[in-house]
Amino acid sequence: MTGEASKQISTAELWGGGRSPFSISYGKMYMWFFLISDALTFSGLLVSLGVMRHKYSDVWPDSSHVFHAFPFTGPDTNLPLLYVALMTFILIVSSVTMVLAVEAGHRMDKKGVTKWLALTIVGGLFFLLSQVWEWSHFIHGTEHGVWEWMDGTRANLVDGAGNLVAKWGDGITLTFLDGRESLTGAAAAAMLESATQVYGANLHVNEYGHQLYADFFFFVTGFHGFHVFSGVVINFIILIGVMKGIYHKRGHYEMVEKTGLYWHFVDLVWVFVFTIYYLL
Amino acid sequence: MERDDIIEYSLDAHHSEEEGVKIRKKIYFVTILLTAITAVEVGLGVWWHSLGLPHTMVQYAFIIMTLVKAGYIVAVFMHLGDERRPFLITVVVPYGLFIAYLVFICLNEATTWMESRILYNWLF
Repeated sequence: MTGEASKQISTAELWGGGRSPFSISYGKMYMWFFLISDALTFSGLLVSLGVMRHKYSDVWPDSSHVFHAFPFTGPDTNLPLLYVALMTFILIVSSVTMVLAVEAGHRMDKKGVTKWLALTIVGGLFFLLSQVWEWSHFIHGTEHGVWEWMDGTRANLVDGAGNLVAKWGDGITLTFLDGRESLTGAAAAAMLESATQVYGANLHVNEYGHQLYADFFFFVTGFHGFHVFSGVVINFIILIGVMKGIYHKRGHYEMVEKTGLYWHFVDLVWVFVFTIYYLL
Repeated sequence: MERDDIIEYSLDAHHSEEEGVKIRKKIYFVTILLTAITAVEVGLGVWWHSLGLPHTMVQYAFIIMTLVKAGYIVAVFMHLGDERRPFLITVVVPYGLFIAYLVFICLNEATTWMESRILYNWLF
């Protein structure tokens, strides 16, 4: 990048007053300062997730066992983390189209900015729809669910072939998740009387394991998803400005650069959410 | 009112077609790099059990790969690497120091919390 920031200027002149020592416009600088404050909020969420994950590390669910479904492929799909990886890839690509829009703006190429910014919005919308699918899948849960007792004991129903099933019947075994001895027949049926069947997750129950795992899923990906949503809205407003030629008349496309900073930040946060929530 | 004592830094950010070609090349290089790192992360996340790798090592690998990705996004996509050095330090250093301290102190505390939870058989 050329521009004021890469010019050779002596320190004495740079810091001598009458100019910004950072050689940066106030709008861009304040976007950076806003992003730092926003990054602190996300850090707070992710560090508290880390604290709970460490505190309950013996009972915390393994994300590759929770997120292994794929849209339109039926309930038996076992593709661990693949859809989340695809979402990550799409967000990275939309970040790339954004930086290409900024680059086109530096060449005053109005057509290029319009094209790349529109593609960025498409990528953002795709990510949001994927998020909706993932939430819906997480909330509805598996077809077999899990049985839960008041004291936190959990069990699955397993048929003769070793498959998990939803309904109690002949030849079905009650298998406890904490490793104690399985029950069959009348003993299991009596035990099931006091249990409730849990499907999926919300803020009160969580089929997949510890309750906080579901809570953090909703809070962290929800807060990030809201950022993606507002990013798409802001990008759309800027796209209208680009198409009307407002920034071309102004002589520079810095508005695209500023909304670009925000959009890259959303991608940056997702990189951390992906690692800390899904991988670690 | 027009003021002539304010420098319009934003008017100065233009570059030529030839420079644009070079910049785009760099952008595509970073794209491929980020995609490759993500692919390695997912592969490791799915297969580290069957590869027989120690969990701690895999976790540190994830953290290092994430920081590399974040560094490229901030330096190249957000152009922080092209800004003046004092600005880069203003943005990165206070935040980085604070978060490094926060992560260290919180995770240390949480590990102790987990140990006493198991030792005294707390239900919460």
